[in-house]
Amino acid sequence: MEWYINLFIVLPFVGFFLSLLIPRKQEVWLSRLSFTTVGIQLFSALFFSILWLMKGAHVINLKEFSIFKARDYDFYIDFYFDGITLTYLIIGALLTFIITVYSQYYLHREEGYKRFFNVILLFYLGYNIIIFSGNIETLFIGWEVLGLSSFLLIAFYRDRYLPVKNAVKVFSIYRIGDVGIIMAMWLSHHLWHENISFFKLNNYELVHEHLAEHSMLGFTIAFMFFISAAAKSAQFPFSSWLPRAMEGPTPSSAIFYGSLSVHIGAFLLMRTYPFWEQQTSFRVFVVFIGVITAVIATMSARVQSTVKSQIAYSSIAQIGLIFIEIAVGLQEVALVHVAGNAFLRTYQLLVSPSVVSYKIREQFYNFVPRTETIEDSWPKRVEYTFYMLSLKEWNLDSFMYRNMWNPLKKLGSRWAFLTFKNVYLFFALTFIAGLVLAVYPDLVPLRLRPFLPLLFGVIGLLMVIKAFTERKSARLSWSLIIMNHLCIALAISFNKHFDISHHVWYLSGVIVCGLLGYLCMQRLRGQGEWVSLDRFYGHVYEHPRIASVFLLACLGVSGFPITPTFIGEDLIFSHIEENQILLAFLIAMSLIINGLASIRIYARIFLGPHVKTYHETAKRSS
Amino acid sequence: MKNSHASFNKDHALHQLKHYLPTQAPLKDFIHHNTLHAFQDRFFHTGLAEAAQIFGYKVYLSLEEYQALHTSGKISDEVLEKILETQENDGPRISKDQLLSARSEDTLIPRIGRLRAVWKSQFRIDLDSLVHPTLFRIIGSYLDQGVAIWNFPHNDEGLISSMRELEKNSLTSFFRTNKVRSLLVSGEFTTESLLQMVVGDESLFEQYLMDQQCAHPGWSGIVSVIDDNPGALTDARKITLDEFIQLELLMEIDALDDHFGAIWAPLAARMTERPTPLFSDVIPSDTQRFQRLWQDAYEWTFYNNVLSGIKVSRVEAEKTSNSFQSIFCIDDRECSLRRYVEEEDPNCGTYGTAGFFGVEFYYQPEHGKFYTKVCPAPVTPKYLIRELESSISRKKDFHFGRHTHGLVLGWIITHTLGFWSIVKLFLLIFKPEQSQSSVSSFNHMDEFSTLTIENTNGEMSPEGLQIGYTLTEMTDRLENLLRSIGLIDHFAPLIYAVGHGSSSVNNTHYAGYDCGACSGRPGSVNARVICHIGNHPVVRNMLRERGINIPATTQFVGALHDTSRDEILFYDLDVLQEKNRVLHAENHSHFNHALTKNARERSRRFMSINTHKSAWKVHREVKQRTVSLFEPRPELNHATNTLCIVGRRSLTDNLFLDRRSFLNSYDSTTDPEGKYLLGILNAVAPVCGGINLEYYFSRTDNQQLGAGTKLPHNVMGLIGVANGTDGDLRTGLPSQMIEVHDPLRLLVIVEHDPVVVLKTMKINPATFEWFENEWVKICAIHPVTKELSLYKKGTFEPLIYLGETPPVAEDIDAIIGKEHENIPVYLLKTV
Repeated sequence: MEWYINLFIVLPFVGFFLSLLIPRKQEVWLSRLSFTTVGIQLFSALFFSILWLMKGAHVINLKEFSIFKARDYDFYIDFYFDGITLTYLIIGALLTFIITVYSQYYLHREEGYKRFFNVILLFYLGYNIIIFSGNIETLFIGWEVLGLSSFLLIAFYRDRYLPVKNAVKVFSIYRIGDVGIIMAMWLSHHLWHENISFFKLNNYELVHEHLAEHSMLGFTIAFMFFISAAAKSAQFPFSSWLPRAMEGPTPSSAIFYGSLSVHIGAFLLMRTYPFWEQQTSFRVFVVFIGVITAVIATMSARVQSTVKSQIAYSSIAQIGLIFIEIAVGLQEVALVHVAGNAFLRTYQLLVSPSVVSYKIREQFYNFVPRTETIEDSWPKRVEYTFYMLSLKEWNLDSFMYRNMWNPLKKLGSRWAFLTFKNVYLFFALTFIAGLVLAVYPDLVPLRLRPFLPLLFGVIGLLMVIKAFTERKSARLSWSLIIMNHLCIALAISFNKHFDISHHVWYLSGVIVCGLLGYLCMQRLRGQGEWVSLDRFYGHVYEHPRIASVFLLACLGVSGFPITPTFIGEDLIFSHIEENQILLAFLIAMSLIINGLASIRIYARIFLGPHVKTYHETAKRSS
Repeated sequence: MKNSHASFNKDHALHQLKHYLPTQAPLKDFIHHNTLHAFQDRFFHTGLAEAAQIFGYKVYLSLEEYQALHTSGKISDEVLEKILETQENDGPRISKDQLLSARSEDTLIPRIGRLRAVWKSQFRIDLDSLVHPTLFRIIGSYLDQGVAIWNFPHNDEGLISSMRELEKNSLTSFFRTNKVRSLLVSGEFTTESLLQMVVGDESLFEQYLMDQQCAHPGWSGIVSVIDDNPGALTDARKITLDEFIQLELLMEIDALDDHFGAIWAPLAARMTERPTPLFSDVIPSDTQRFQRLWQDAYEWTFYNNVLSGIKVSRVEAEKTSNSFQSIFCIDDRECSLRRYVEEEDPNCGTYGTAGFFGVEFYYQPEHGKFYTKVCPAPVTPKYLIRELESSISRKKDFHFGRHTHGLVLGWIITHTLGFWSIVKLFLLIFKPEQSQSSVSSFNHMDEFSTLTIENTNGEMSPEGLQIGYTLTEMTDRLENLLRSIGLIDHFAPLIYAVGHGSSSVNNTHYAGYDCGACSGRPGSVNARVICHIGNHPVVRNMLRERGINIPATTQFVGALHDTSRDEILFYDLDVLQEKNRVLHAENHSHFNHALTKNARERSRRFMSINTHKSAWKVHREVKQRTVSLFEPRPELNHATNTLCIVGRRSLTDNLFLDRRSFLNSYDSTTDPEGKYLLGILNAVAPVCGGINLEYYFSRTDNQQLGAGTKLPHNVMGLIGVANGTDGDLRTGLPSQMIEVHDPLRLLVIVEHDPVVVLKTMKINPATFEWFENEWVKICAIHPVTKELSLYKKGTFEPLIYLGETPPVAEDIDAIIGKEHENIPVYLLKTV
């Protein structure tokens, strides 16, 4: 019976893969394939769940295989099944099935019909990997897939400005969540001295014993999980991305942002619950954030004048309550709540266009001008202040800009002297110097040696910041991204236990994809196209193939689980010592910005309103 | 052409701005109109060239599309050569080779936006991205009609005053800097003073405002509409376009302050060269000159096809119809239904007229808090008709309720009703049926209610509207209707007046699916009203005195045709005489058969329906579409409309016109002076012309003049739709409505002596403008000689070239069954 778990991963994967092969115009094949895939998945899920419940509902842990093994390091795939998985499996299978049926008609004749189903299936694959994952490493694979499919669906209308802008914005929040998981993985490694499975976390004594010795470490790990969960579930202070994600076709918004994707943060909290169950301070913290989110989001929902953003904020508020339920240990309540909220919001989003006729009809017969609301009883100053704050979404959107991206931009603009022509020379000198020091460490006084990894970590970070903020040359930006990876590798080389084969894992994907991406840009230039970062160019309109290859290259250099770099990144972290928290932070920051910088290049060159206006193009504001 | 004024005149600037902004009303009152109405005072092609170069609109198909149409034969080679021969010279002559080989220009930069682009190019600041999100949020919340639960704390003095109140009494601000906030609170500013700060050069103010507002035409357009007609909103808000501009200017100053600090130079300071004034002369580009010719060739390929069919129509007088007569709406969607009704009962007669049947009034359903106008948009009725004794109940759906958005109630609902949602969703998707989300045309009025049609005691509504009509007013209207369609004798026992409406679900543009002649509402009330009038014995007596003698055995029956479901509902059958009751039962079944056939013909355009299934199965699937949540095309509406034929049915009853024609009955023999023709043309030009051009421009530029695909649309404050949550309102038609439409101008064919037509169409300048500038083409067919002549530059000229007589369709059903695209004109039987 346990073997069947594999089916739930293999099936969406096969479906996704086959959907890539179907020609673009074959709407019927595409919808049939998607329907079959999610249909079989739904029926097997129901069947499997009943069987599992009848056989006593024992937790299943299925260790699959190791991808990479070294001394105390084992990157393995592990699947897991319990009541939480079951709930998410059924919710996911039901809703995806409904949305697939819905969309096969709804998207008829739409330009991106194939792309839509590709992405839905990819999303479904990622979702299933996450809910079945038995360890953080496996979960992280699904996490990345989910992030990518979200980006692609928000930017589904890729020839318009706002969807692309918002897709990049949401991706940046997701990226913060990703790094939360990477950091958690790194710290856990030091806590457990192994790649621990979720199954083992159920062992109360084991967890208790480890936490007793390292309570600070324990809190930090839990906190990292929380950052990821809060980012994915749009909790405070990340809430403002959710309404902005509603750019794709309505059914995709319904399934992603109304139901499945947005509840994954809650899943992560439940999954890691045995780990932080004993940390009262952390539980208090989660409740605290949950309360803030619930209050803020409810007020925001009350002032929204657009249907979809209203539903988004109501959903966020309920998820805030779900976080509280999880933190106080009411897991069953939380699961019911997740299901009810997912179903309700999906329905509300799907019928959201009907709101016009329904409400206008209602108003026609029951109109009362100026209904009093509870807020009218507050003192004016309080009422207006809260109204404005709610309308401004509590400044959460500008908060990210002011405190995160603007400082980066300022930092990046200091490096204006770097150009595509001189950057290689600059880098070569730095890198050779670094190599020499790595090979002959005696050149450096002993006292200064611990600072070497930091130095190169900083250089690497600055390079990628420059890459992220570069306004013109795409090639410069791209080169800096690759150089950032080389600097990270170099920084790690100063550490003990440094193993050249790990670097090969890490850099192989980066180098290959780096070259590939570079070739794509050259090819585009060769065809007489202007390639720059000063605006959106929308070249995907004329060059869809180059765009697809370049997207793969971007994924490769940002450590997406399609190249060995994905494991390499984790390996690199395993070489960072427990006391090098600053280095870990620098590298984590590098990885966040690195992914952002590469997706930004992709977006600027290939997405957005096409630079050529011989065909219809939408206004920027639409 | 006007050049921008050296000194700034605000009223002039605002007036001009309003002229060019979209004039689309809030969704509940969606009415078709010419999207480029602002250019209608110019000749069609000249106006288009200006719209393209000034505003960057796509106003024709691309050269490549025309060339493809030519290759596939949809633009006739013969016609193209004729067009090239007769091309008018406003430049070097264009050769066929040029047309066939020309390619689209890569990059065209419109004039609009160039001035404001200086902020980005010279100052490196992206004002739009700093201002738009907050501005849209504020205006959206201010105008919101019922989405938000906690409303914008507006007062009755307008936007700026409400903003001031808000900023004054709040611990936070919409502005980034204190300076602008204090400026707003102090109120010491004018539009001019703000422009002076931002732009700095008075001669550029007007152009700057055009640039600024046309960057978000949707929001500016709705503000302008509400400014001109505050009644457009149910929940009233006071606002002027001027205030909206002031707010945007304040926000721009705020963004500039925040970016550059307290001191910065206005836009004019760093301008290296002055941008082209928006409205300086436009010289058509080569591409545009090519497109003109292509467009003419495209149109004439179709026109020729139709005219050659009309030309061979019967000459003998109208047949006498003795089983029943049925008056339909002029609407192009009734074109095929009439064909089928006649096919079912060859002895019947069908007529077409504007679907409000000449009775103009406001309608107030029972318990309704408002009045609904049910007549053409330009008409302002003086009458009110109330519905009494309605038994329609409106069920609530908690999914739309505000409680789901509360914290505690939301918690309870998600834990309980949330699970009902998934069940309901499964049911609605696998077995679609009417729900609270759907709109049904039959719910416009309860079929068993009574209407206050007759006014005997001079009763008025509080607003000064007369409740119902007096007997003389009734007689006037009935006489006018009957004379205008030429039905003044040979009355059959039953005369039907069939209004129409449409049912759909998940459709924000539902108002655009109903009857255009009833201001986007179903025509059921009007049908009942005119029939009540027709059956009134006193009215009949008065009518007899005016020369129209309706026998006592003739009775009128009102009905509503649902164009998306192809269903019909008859009203007030209890008044029928026994004999007519029997006849009606027979006719009813004819109607039903005709509707099923009509549904089958429509289904050829629906890919999800197999037209070859049995007719009733197809009909069932057609009905199901209208209640399917996931169906973005419940019907295709006016798509493919291209013709409007004003004349006797004998002109068209032997032609297969593929649902492409508005049909208005008119008998010139009973109206030699063109007295009734005037009324018809006054309605045809704005209603049919408006529909046609809205489809035309939404098709050629679906991104800027249309609403884009409807799939990501998000409802904004119940007044409009936008993509996502922070975009501009989208005006025009969504792509799902226009994708099968061929952008061809409307050709009006009038059956009358061209001399009379010319005289008549010149009477009303507003109507004449449409024809004069060729936004609508008009052609006359002489009732006796069948001579065709085309209006061009002031006169009707005989038409010189014509295509071959269309083929006779041996089996039109078979053709309908296998063709998904437009079907050319066929003769239905050998002449």
